[in-house]
Amino acid sequence: MEKTQKRVVTEIEYLGMSGWEKFCHNFVSFFQKLPAVFLRFFTVTIPALALRFWNAFSGIFKKLWIALKNGDWKTRVSFVIMGFGQLARGQIMRGLFYLVFEILFILFMALFGAGQLALFGGPGYTETTAGGWVVGPDGVEHLVPQAVGDNSLLILLYGILTMFFIIAFAYAWYCNIKAAYSAQEMKEAGQALPTAKDDIHSFADGQYHKTLLAIPLLGLVIFTIFPIIFMVFVAFTNYDMEHMPPAHLFQWNGFTNFQAVFGGSLSGGTQFGAVFGSILLWTVIWAFFATFTNYILGMVVAIMINKKGIKLKKLWRTVLIMTVAVPQFVSLLLMSQMLGDYGIINSLLQKWGIISAPIKFLTDGIGAKVTIIVVNIWIGIPYTMLMVSGILMNIPADLYESARIDGAGAFRQYFKITLPYVLHVTTPYLISNFVGNLNNFGVIYLLTGGGPVMTAVGTGGAGETDLLITWLYKLIMDKKTYGVASVISILMFLITAIISLVTYNRSASVKNEEDFM
Amino acid sequence: MAKKFRSKKAVERTTNGVIYVILVVISVIWLIPFVFLVLQSLRGEPGATTNYFFPKQWTFDNYIRLFKNEGVSSSTGEVVSTGSYNFLNWYGRTLLISVCVTVIQTVIVLVTSYALSRLRFKMRKPLMNLMLILGMFPGFMSMTAMYFLLQLLGLTQNMSIVGLILVYVGSSCMGYYICKGFFDTIPKSLDEAARIDGASRHTVFFKIILPLSKPIIIYTILTAFMAPWGEYMFASLIANGDPSYWNVAVGLRDMIQREQLTAYSDSFQRFCAAAVVVSLPITILFFLLQRYYVEGVTGGSVKG
Repeated sequence: MEKTQKRVVTEIEYLGMSGWEKFCHNFVSFFQKLPAVFLRFFTVTIPALALRFWNAFSGIFKKLWIALKNGDWKTRVSFVIMGFGQLARGQIMRGLFYLVFEILFILFMALFGAGQLALFGGPGYTETTAGGWVVGPDGVEHLVPQAVGDNSLLILLYGILTMFFIIAFAYAWYCNIKAAYSAQEMKEAGQALPTAKDDIHSFADGQYHKTLLAIPLLGLVIFTIFPIIFMVFVAFTNYDMEHMPPAHLFQWNGFTNFQAVFGGSLSGGTQFGAVFGSILLWTVIWAFFATFTNYILGMVVAIMINKKGIKLKKLWRTVLIMTVAVPQFVSLLLMSQMLGDYGIINSLLQKWGIISAPIKFLTDGIGAKVTIIVVNIWIGIPYTMLMVSGILMNIPADLYESARIDGAGAFRQYFKITLPYVLHVTTPYLISNFVGNLNNFGVIYLLTGGGPVMTAVGTGGAGETDLLITWLYKLIMDKKTYGVASVISILMFLITAIISLVTYNRSASVKNEEDFM
Repeated sequence: MAKKFRSKKAVERTTNGVIYVILVVISVIWLIPFVFLVLQSLRGEPGATTNYFFPKQWTFDNYIRLFKNEGVSSSTGEVVSTGSYNFLNWYGRTLLISVCVTVIQTVIVLVTSYALSRLRFKMRKPLMNLMLILGMFPGFMSMTAMYFLLQLLGLTQNMSIVGLILVYVGSSCMGYYICKGFFDTIPKSLDEAARIDGASRHTVFFKIILPLSKPIIIYTILTAFMAPWGEYMFASLIANGDPSYWNVAVGLRDMIQREQLTAYSDSFQRFCAAAVVVSLPITILFFLLQRYYVEGVTGGSVKG
């Protein structure tokens, strides 16, 4: 009998179900499949990626080995003096480029980089000491000059920058050898080498992507990748209020911050574990409601406006778009003022005698949560409405026609045609919207500022409506516990990354990128 | 048969009636806050809140005080200078940042989208995946690191305009999604024909793709221009608490955060006036270019 517990629904059985049963079935099977999806992610996707990296990596060394083995002396000298192969074969511009790069790199490392890397282990070893009169061992007061020690923060920053330079240099070195060897091969085959003019030309054509992407990617590296790596390093330090450079050093402290987040407590008595759990829960609840209320209600509004026979379509749309057109921070600040305990809404209701005490829209835990979601609906519906309106016009009219002939009512049509169609097209939007809501700083911070403050002991100023991101903001701006904050941001990253990777890879519109071409 | 037909028509009429009622209610809900905003900015009576909707004295004083950098003292009720809480300064800074960001970001987004849509190179797919993953990292975290970096370069506080522009523009290539989707829909045969005639990829981009992309260029400009106005997090971080270096979002939040609920304070009225001054140009611009915005949003979602 036990074997039948895990019942597999056959296709015929599935088709025989009513709509409600189908929904339940899909709902349950989604969660049943979830572990398998995650398992696949860790057992198939990640190893496959690792294998690809390994192949690419070993490919580099193979090429280097071939260049060393088969290269003539000009190519081999390029291993030490970058650009030599090119210079010796008459590609002056390329050669000079590599040579100057190498000289600059060596100068940088000798004068600066190496010294910073040497201090990276602390980061920094000598503490800054305040000067002043100190009683020496001989019992006489001596004036001790202030000694400026190491600045852990700068050492960390410069250290990572140096690592970036080293990686860039290694890449240039590899390119230099590859180019030198291919120039040798071309010469041996009797082909003409590309001249400087050809090179410049190719940057407008064959290598145009390099020209176009150079600056955007430089920005990406400096303003996104570098800070992320920096924060990952900070997660393993005790950088906080008591270890604030330049007056004090901070040290590597291994996984202490991670332990603090997962249950322990850190200096100052904040129970990070418990707070993290409750804030994470609210963050997910918020993102879920914020995404789906907007989505469903926005779609309903769009359908109403686009319904045949409704006049003044343009007017309704324009009115709704007001919340898109007016800068969001203005609407949010205004709302927070109107909904305050002494705001216009409470004052009016009290004057009319509907309520006797102000409704706590923003100052009560549960109330604030509901208010935030409702205000977010007010802000968010127009976006969905705009988007869905465009899609609705694309749904073939004959689908509805035949449904009507078959006797389907408005609700049936909605659930059988409109919803599936729109859902299919907008899945990527839904996912990115969900992820965006997980990190929706503006709505929460401008409406409630994360408040009201949690009443339990040891919450360290976290608020009832704080999302992880606003909590993070407070940890950094007010408490300056950078180490723990970095751990939280890493965890946030993992959560959002896994959610969206799993769902993105399952949505069809990503796979069929080339279909439209 | 005829009877059934008529009843169907009646059903139709009642549903439409219900829909009209709902739409009117929605419209009122959507508009009331903005009406309230404008009314409050014209309110003559002092005090942070009133228990009536329409002001009893109508005045432009709030706007005048706002532009003269004055405010009513919350303790004495006299008109005093607001010093470094200078709205025009915030406005000018935000406008300057916004214009610079618009120009740079539009170029970066167009260029990235073209490269990812039309050019085929080995790192294309990995690059797109990388950007997808990087986009999930909470922006704020990278901002603290960036703050230290900008501090190092001396780009905080009095250089914060440059700092903020760099921050906003820095990773804008990750917003290539919608624009690339648009480029993808331009038939590839156009490029190929030009390529056969000997045009380089550079020429194709400037002579063929860009002239066809007016809607998406306007969409990119519009969104790039609007974003810095509402940006709060990094603007407040980089200013490090000094009001002279704020942008409008930080300044306006402070205006209603600071207002003490006295009978004199005009902070809220001036906030409303400031909000109107900030919103009006943007709102008008938005409505003028609405068509392009809608096209961008729809196209982006449909393409995924």
